[in-house]
Formats: sequence, structure tokens, C-alpha cells
Amino acid sequence: MKWDEFFVTGDPLIYGADVSIVLTMVGILFYLTRYKKWKWLWTEWLTTVDHKKLGIMYIVSAVLMLFRGGVDALLMRTQLAVPDAKFLDSQHYNEIFTTHGTIMIIFMAMPFLIGLINVVVPLQIGARDVAYPYLNAVSFWTFFIGAMLFNISFVIGGSPSAGWTSYMPLASNELSPGPGQNYYLWGLQIAGIGTLLTGINFLVTILKMRAPGMTLFRMPMFTWSSLVTMVIIIFAFPILTVALALMSFDRLFGSHFFTLQGEGMDMLWANLFWLWGHPEVYIVILPAFGMFSEIISTFSRKTLFGYKAMIWSMLLIAGYSFLVWVHHFFTMGSGAAVNSVFSITTMAIGIPTGVKIFNWLFTMYRGKIQFTTPMLWSLGFIVNFVVGGVTGVMLAMAAADYQYHNTYFLVSHFHYVLIAGTVFACFAGLIYWYPKMFGYKLNERIGKWVFWLFTIGFNVCFMPQYFLGLDGMPRRVYTYSEESGWGPLNMVSTIGGFMMGIAFLVLVYNMYYSFRFAKRETTGDAWDGRTLEWSTPSAMPPFYNFAKIPEITGLDHFWRQKQAGKVEKLTAKDIKKIHMPSNSGVPFIMGSFFFVLGFGFVFDWIWMAILGGIGVIGTLIYRSFEYDDGYYVSEEEVIETEKISK
Amino acid sequence: MAHVETHDPNTPLEYRSETGRLNILGFWIFLGAEIALFATLFATYMVLTHRIADGPALGELFEVKSLLIQTFLLLTSSFTCGLAVHEMRRHNVKGLMLWMIITLGLGLGFLYFEIQEFLHFIHEGANIGTSAAWSGFFVLVGTHGAHVTFGIFWVTMVLIQVAKRGLTPATSAKVFITSLYWHFLDVVWIFIFTAVYLMGMVMHHG
Repeated sequence: MKWDEFFVTGDPLIYGADVSIVLTMVGILFYLTRYKKWKWLWTEWLTTVDHKKLGIMYIVSAVLMLFRGGVDALLMRTQLAVPDAKFLDSQHYNEIFTTHGTIMIIFMAMPFLIGLINVVVPLQIGARDVAYPYLNAVSFWTFFIGAMLFNISFVIGGSPSAGWTSYMPLASNELSPGPGQNYYLWGLQIAGIGTLLTGINFLVTILKMRAPGMTLFRMPMFTWSSLVTMVIIIFAFPILTVALALMSFDRLFGSHFFTLQGEGMDMLWANLFWLWGHPEVYIVILPAFGMFSEIISTFSRKTLFGYKAMIWSMLLIAGYSFLVWVHHFFTMGSGAAVNSVFSITTMAIGIPTGVKIFNWLFTMYRGKIQFTTPMLWSLGFIVNFVVGGVTGVMLAMAAADYQYHNTYFLVSHFHYVLIAGTVFACFAGLIYWYPKMFGYKLNERIGKWVFWLFTIGFNVCFMPQYFLGLDGMPRRVYTYSEESGWGPLNMVSTIGGFMMGIAFLVLVYNMYYSFRFAKRETTGDAWDGRTLEWSTPSAMPPFYNFAKIPEITGLDHFWRQKQAGKVEKLTAKDIKKIHMPSNSGVPFIMGSFFFVLGFGFVFDWIWMAILGGIGVIGTLIYRSFEYDDGYYVSEEEVIETEKISK
Repeated sequence: MAHVETHDPNTPLEYRSETGRLNILGFWIFLGAEIALFATLFATYMVLTHRIADGPALGELFEVKSLLIQTFLLLTSSFTCGLAVHEMRRHNVKGLMLWMIITLGLGLGFLYFEIQEFLHFIHEGANIGTSAAWSGFFVLVGTHGAHVTFGIFWVTMVLIQVAKRGLTPATSAKVFITSLYWHFLDVVWIFIFTAVYLMGMVMHHG
């Protein structure tokens, strides 16, 4: 392979990206060396097993990926702003919509939510860490390495271009030659390991690590939503693992699962992909529902309306999520009978979802509503998500779907549910729990600018797309003719897209502004909250979270304690020594070997893949022989950290 | 998060530490994910089983003798693995070692016959690239075989730890978890035996 096949050449945009990547890396290396931060980076972050720090690392990665996916989106919108534009050629456009979709779902939405789950869930259940802190670090590093592997594709070797769904035979060697599609396969495969491990880890954490007295039906709704999400992950992700592996076999070893030769079956890929893909949609929406439940309840000053109905509807949604996958390809020849069944199951999901919407409305009814930024995002969610939900029911009608299928109507629908649902929740949750993570709030005034800019931009961007779709504009086209008449609405849509881009920049500015100027929190209860994460005496909980594990007597325990004026004050005699897990550099090293393994398979350099594989197995063996029982934090240290006077 | 705790003397050793209990539960859940994984492979195989293109039919090449030897070896290994855990519960390190090593021997035997069988199929002109049906066969049965291979290495590692450290709550939980894994592979094999080999031969020979 010659160097100009290894590096992507010939496009000024890519050269610009090359330069900025090199400059950023040099900048980071310079900063770390100049300010002697290498040791800090290693001991505080790269080797940490603390769920709060891992959560923050997930969120930082997700925000970076939001930037990357967002740039992809704006490049597409620029190309589509006017008819017959020449900004991107068709191949480049295909690559960009593929990486946009894949990154936003796998490397932005999921890690953002998993990051917030990491930070919040152990605190909400009164635990000092997750069930398997070491495994948690492995999860993060496999996710991160998968994301990095996928992201370098656009400068090294070329990006995948078969869409995030990668339908066969389009994604086969014949029609997608070269390393691009392999990046997709191995980036997702490696990150998927991390997701599955997170699923197991948090399921056991929630089942087994709750504080005494916290029965299942006393758990906060975000914890409940996480529990249900983890169950979906555990059953859905192995399907993706298999599907990706089978396609890898087709591409690397000449098997015939999805190929046109050897009587392979291309529709099998579509079925397997969506058997995972539809539950995946609920993996990214249920935690969002959980967050909105917390936020709406907190800022309405009321207990969540219909607590049990919320839980049962989530469980129902989780069950249904595995029974609707065919609605992603109604037009691909399943026949009327099959389509009818999946049409009905799809519409049925609207029922539990509707129950949840009404529960949020009734939670606000007669509440003393405070219009903080997290609450604004939650209210924005309800309005916009319903638009996405209603158009979803329109799409669910198989016969009508023949009209909407593969048009911008669909594109707009899923952006209305994924942005107004998941992205709004990520912003709302980030702002809501920001003081828990960093000890100060994001500025509310700037935050409101972000909300209005983003929400208006979002509607300006996507509302026209419904009409473009009804007017027949197909998705995934890189340009269109003047005569089609789609020009004006596309221009409007592009303007909306850039408004969202500006909103993102203002959000990032707000992080900087608040870091510099925000008033530091003096208590752990920044929003007058209801659940246990707000009960820690300091704004940011110490690494062991709780000096004394609380005893729970009911739902919204902390809130009721505050109402009754009975918040416990710790005294020195409450303090006992605390057992904590040790840090470990092994997960990071294992992740690096996964990178070698993935990179080898991407370029079909089997020797390199084998080397990486040996490295991964080596770290597994090393860990198996390492008997580290953690360490104890002494009573004196706890007393000092908690600032208890003797 | 290992806490030293006091226990009812009837509590099995592997359940006596918090870490042990959590790891065992977590592993059960992992096996749930493994079921989803194998279910997907079985579904794939079932869908593709008649799509033989120009290659031989699956049942045409299956041989009863090799199949029965493999099945006998693997099923027996599950029994000896059970005996090993039984000995562990009696705090008998020697018995545990003995039965586990026999288990590993049977597992190796299984692998030997499986590899022979694969080589035989390849020799007869059926490999992973022959047809969709054979792709499905090799990946399903091969994934099971890869699991057995991994299991052999894993059990060996755990036995070395038992030899070095004796039976503790930590090592016994590891042994117990590998035994769950081993039994699980046996269960998967029963489905392969039925859904792949028996059905393949019945379909072919009538």
C-alpha cells in the first residue's frame, strides 16, 4: 500500500482537517509537558475507576463527538442549501452522512447518556461505587478506542460510505472496497464490548448496591430508566456483535452471509441490524425519559405523578422495542401480513409513551414551576417530542409508509425524536447535574440563550424537512435540481442548522464562562433536589460518595427529610473506615491493544490484528492473576474530608 | 469490594465474599447475553441452512461417528466439571484439581475431534466460502468451539491460581464461574447437536 492510499489525499477540506488535528495534538502535548500534567493525567484520569470521573470522561468524549457529528451535519446542510451545489461530491457526501449518523448514535448519544448514568446512578441509590469499578474503566476505554478508531477514518484510509445502516450488498467488498467499511465494523465492534459490559455492570449495581431501605419501587425514576435500559442493552447488543462479525467474515474471509454470491441473503443483514437497531433507539430514549422525570418533578416541587405507571410503561416499551424492527423496511418485500403485525406493534408503543407524556403534564399540574434551564429543556422536549411521536405514528401505518419511506419526512421524524428526546435530555441532564460534577452551575442567562437559539434553530431546520419529504425529496441525495422546487425550503433548513451550530458554540462558551465566573456551590443541594445525589454535604461528592450510607424510608427520601427538618448531620462517631477499589492502568492499556487489533483488521494486516489480540489476552491474564482487594480510607481521613469538627 | 464477613458455615465458599456474590450474579447475566448471541447465530444458521448454492448439502457430509464422540466427550466433561465443584464444596483441593484436569482433557478431546471434522469437511469441498449454508455452519459451530478453546485456557489459569493460593472465597468464586461457563457450553452443544446435526441429517437422509 502506497502512502497516498494510506492517507486520504486530494481534498482541501481533508487537508484542513489534517492540519487542525496535528496542531491540536501538538497543543495538547505542549500543554501537558509545559505544565507538568502528565502524572496528573495518568493518576487522576487514565487509571481511575471512580464512576464520577469515568462519567465525566464519557461526557467530554460525547461533547467532542457532538462537535464532530455536528460539523458533518453542517457540511451536508451547506451542500444542500442551494440546488446543484458543487461544495461536496457524491462520494464525499455519502461518507459524511454515514459518519454523521454513526457518530451521533453510537459515539455521541449513547456515551453522553452512559456518562450521566455513571455520574448519577450510584449517587442516587446511595452506593459508593458501581458493582465492578474496574470493569467500568474497561467499558470506557473500549468505547473511547472504538470511537477514535472510527474517527480517524476520514484522514487515514477513507471513511465508510454505506450509510449508518450499512445495508448489504452496498457495504460488501465489491461495492464498498477499501478500509472505510472496515472502520465501521471494528469501531462499532470494539465500542460494543464496552456497552455490553456497562449493561451488566449497572444492572448488577442497581439490583445489588442500593442503600438499605431502598426497595425497587422507591428508586428514583432515572435509576429505573437506567435499569430498564441496561436490560435492553444486554439482549440487544449481542445481536449487533454477531451481525458485525458476520459482515466482517464476509469482507475478510469470503463467507456468504449477506453476499449476492453463494446464496447469501442481504435481507438477513437488514433484519439483524434492526433487531439491534430498534432496541438501540430505546436505549437512547429511556434514560432521557428518566432525566426529564427527575427534572420536571424537581422544578415543579412535586412528587412525580403516576410513579408506578411510569415504570410499567417503561417495561412495556422495553418489551415492544424488540417487536417492531420490521417497520424500518416495510417497503422491502415482507408482504402485507407481516407488515400489518409490525405496523400494529409499532403503533402500540405510542400508548405507554403517551402515558408518560401525560404523567409529566400532570406532575406539573398545580406545581410551583421554576423555569430554570433544565426545566426549559424539559418543556421544550414535551412539545417537540410529541411532534416527532405523532409523525412516527403516521410512519407506522405500513400502507402510508410507502409514500413517506426514504424521504425527508422520515429524516425529520427521527431527528424530532432523537434531538428533542435524547439531545435535549443530554443538555438538560448536563446542566442539572453540572454542579454535582464540577461544583458550580452553568450560567442560567447564557443557558437560556442556548435553549432558545437551539430550539428555534432546530424547528427552523427540521420542520421544513417534513414538507420537503411530503413533496418527494429523497434522503441521502447529495444534490437536487432547480426544477424540483426544493431550493427555498432547503435554504431555510440550512439556516436552522447553523443556528443550532451557533447554539452549541454558545453552550461551550458557557462552560468556559461559568468555569471562570460562576459562584461556587457551598452545599451539595444546588437545586433544592429530591433524590440522594443532592444529600452529600459538599457540592462535589468525595471519591467515596457517602461517609455514611443513608437509610431510606420512602420515595423522595431526601426531600421528605428536608420537609420534616430532619436532615441528618454527620458526627465523628458515625464514621467508620471505608473500603474502596484501587486505580488501575490495565483498562487503558487493554484499550490501546484493542486499537492495534482493530487497526490491523481495518487494513487487513492480520499480523497486526494478531499482535493486538495477544496484547488484549495478555492484559486479561494479568488482571486474572492480580489479587487487589482495594484499600481502606481511614476514619481520620473521612472526618477530615467531611470537615466534621470533633 | 471485598469485605470480610461472618457467615453461616453452610454458605458455600464462593458466596462468602461480597465480590464473589456480585461476580457470580454478573456472570449469570453475562450468560444471558451469551444466550442472545448464540440465539442470533442459530437464527442465522436456520435461515441459511438450505442455501447451499453449488456446494454439498450440510447433511451430506455430517458423520454420526464423529458427532457422537464429540457429544460424548463434551457431555461427560460437564459431569466431571460438576464433580470438581462438588469436591470444591468439600474443601478438597486435590479432588477439585483432579476432576477439573479430567474436564480439560475431555474438552481437548472434543476440540481434537471437532477440528478433525472441520478439516474433513474442508477436504470434501465445504469451507466457510462454499455457500451461505456452510458459512452459517462454520461460524455457529466454530463460535462454540472458540468458546471451548477459551474455556480451556481460562480454567487452566484459574487452576494455577488455586494451586498457588489454595481455596479462598476469591479463588473458589472463580472456579465456580468457570464451571457455569463450562456447563453453558454444554447446553449450547445440545442445541447444536439437535438443530444442526440431527436436523441436517434427517433433512438430508429423510
